[in-house]
Amino acid sequence: MEILVCVKRVPDTSENEIEVNSDGTDIERDDLVYSVNEWDNYAVEEAIQIKDKVGGSVTVVTVGDEESEEVLRREMAMGADNGILLEDDAFEGSDGKGIAAILKAAVEKGNYDLILTGAQADDGAAQVGGMLAAMLDLPYASLVNFIDVSDDKKLKVGREIEGGNQEMNEIELPCVLSIQTGINEPRYVGIRGIRKVASVEIPTHGASDLGLGADAVGAGAAKVKRLDYFVPELGEGAEMLEGSTEEKVAKLIELLKAKGGIK
Amino acid sequence: MSHTFKTSCECQQYFTDSHDMVRKSLRDFIKKEVLPFIGEWEEAGGFPKEVYRKAADVGILGMGYPEEYGGIPGDIFYSVVVTEELMRSGSGGFVAGLGSLNIAIPPILSMGTPEQKERFVPPVLAGEKIAALAITEPGGGSDVAALQTTAVRDGDHYVINGSKTFITSATVADYITCAVRTGGEGAHGISLIVVEAGSPGYSVSQKLKKTGWWASDTAEIYFDDCRVPVENLLGDENNGFYGIMANFQTERLALSIMANMTAKLAMEEALKYARKRRVFGKTLTGYQVNRHKLVDMATLVEASTEFTYRVAAKIGAGIDQYKEVSMAKNFACSVSDKVTYDAVQIFGGHGYMRENLVERLYRDNRILSIGGGTTEIMKEIISKMIL
Ligand SMILES: Cc1cc2nc3c(=O)[nH]c(=O)nc-3n(C[C@H](O)[C@H](O)[C@H](O)COP(=O)(O)OP(=O)(O)OC[C@H]3O[C@@H](n4cnc5c(N)ncnc54)[C@H](O)[C@@H]3O)c2cc1C
Repeated sequence: MEILVCVKRVPDTSENEIEVNSDGTDIERDDLVYSVNEWDNYAVEEAIQIKDKVGGSVTVVTVGDEESEEVLRREMAMGADNGILLEDDAFEGSDGKGIAAILKAAVEKGNYDLILTGAQADDGAAQVGGMLAAMLDLPYASLVNFIDVSDDKKLKVGREIEGGNQEMNEIELPCVLSIQTGINEPRYVGIRGIRKVASVEIPTHGASDLGLGADAVGAGAAKVKRLDYFVPELGEGAEMLEGSTEEKVAKLIELLKAKGGIK
Repeated sequence: MSHTFKTSCECQQYFTDSHDMVRKSLRDFIKKEVLPFIGEWEEAGGFPKEVYRKAADVGILGMGYPEEYGGIPGDIFYSVVVTEELMRSGSGGFVAGLGSLNIAIPPILSMGTPEQKERFVPPVLAGEKIAALAITEPGGGSDVAALQTTAVRDGDHYVINGSKTFITSATVADYITCAVRTGGEGAHGISLIVVEAGSPGYSVSQKLKKTGWWASDTAEIYFDDCRVPVENLLGDENNGFYGIMANFQTERLALSIMANMTAKLAMEEALKYARKRRVFGKTLTGYQVNRHKLVDMATLVEASTEFTYRVAAKIGAGIDQYKEVSMAKNFACSVSDKVTYDAVQIFGGHGYMRENLVERLYRDNRILSIGGGTTEIMKEIISKMIL
């Protein structure tokens, strides 16, 4: 199975304190440590596991700049076979639809049976997977937390739905899936893998390679614009229960019942 | 990690993007596989054997060793990164225990036959077997040339008698690279032989109770007419000293890095604490005396780390650094002595309590100027080279 996984370089929320910059247009990016978006990493792991079972190849692709190469290399060190960097000044300022349009063009340059994205990105809006599927006119499942390859025409995919419930679907290939964390246990990036990919050339495609005009991507084409970044006002704090232990327990049970915590 | 360099002559630059990627990956590994358990392992005096397998899988154990024996070749700064990130476990004992192969395997690679290398090295780099090095004896450690454990040839076996002490990983090791006397007095009567645990006449003491390095087991090994096949002898009889020397530079470099990291972690902890701990209405950093203390700590760590890197770079380039690496070890240990002491001081009574990392760093630090050649032995080496 030929699998394409769309990945993104994001600020590593476990390594950084994220702060809004002084004029509220962005987060403070100086000295940020970046890494691969967590959901995308689960998607790559899943792709590698599928490849290991049924054969084929895994390609990772990202829309970004030179720095984003690090993320592709990381995922290749993990076990992806190829990386593709989509880089062009014309891509800058793209909204979600613009990014999906760039990825669509990259998908069409290849021949993929399965396209995976993360369910969302740390700094994103959980929109690219669905838009990409629609643009490609392919079937789509979101929040996927289980994949079983039935045959070369179909997959069985599990989806997480509200309240911790689970549903199971059959989906025809080729298709697009957005992957939920927890679908697997991503492997560590081994030193051996890192050494192997250290000097591998990663091909870069720009707007003209992909046949994309300025009307389709970039800031000019963006119809969703961020107006402001801010930390919301703090709401009411915790409610302290008063009284004896028995009284507190009784109040707690009442509260839990009222808010649906216990039935 | 935050700054990446594109050319090597931009400034004194040792780490590339690829080294940084290894660093990130190991930091992740330590965070998930070690830090949640390290307190437990410290108290237990050891860590589970499965950790060797996991460490091998990510490439920690094989780093710097030849591919044909299951290693991962790479320049010396990959090994520097591995030691530095392992030290982020906050436990020198864990690093010493997991790393005992790094003193046991080099003599085998430098002196062993292809068959011996094929037999002993791959299982250790794969985390399936554990290797230790046994040189020190109850009668003395610094004066290696005076060691007394004997090995006498009897047919196709050597019969070993004597004992070794303070041996890291002794209670868990499968292969012990062991220094024995096969000839007359002095350095030229010493041989190295690989003793397999469980050989007839081989026994190990209880774990010794130590000041620090709790997560690594340290014990005595006894040889009572212990029979070891002659094919386990490394190199020619009475040539063992050359195998022992195979470790000198790399072991001292590793100990320098451990000292620098011990100091660095202590300094980082002290900085964090000094920013938030309030005394007499101000944070500790509100007093110049503490700010300057922290500045001195940071300066020492920086200078020592840079010097160690420089020595590493030269070793990596194949330039003998016996003198410089001895200097680096002594300097790094003097820095970590001071910095761990000052870090505990900044923490006050809390620095004396087990729950704070600086307490462990302070204890773990003490061995660094004793193991792998004492400060005095380093000075003897340096003095012979400069006087
Ligand atoms: C936790 C731990 C782990 C260890 N792991 C291992 C291991 O895995 N394998 C192994 O073989 N050994 C190991 N050792 C032993 C270590 O290498 C020795 O302790 C060290 O070499 C010193 O030897 P010694 O303890 O016998 O001290 P001694 O040699 O008796 O030295 C005592 C003092 O005399 C000083 N001294 C010695 N000679 C001179 C001189 N010529 N001039 C001036 N002063 C001198 C020393 O510097 C020291 O201060 C370990 C030790 C410890 C504590």
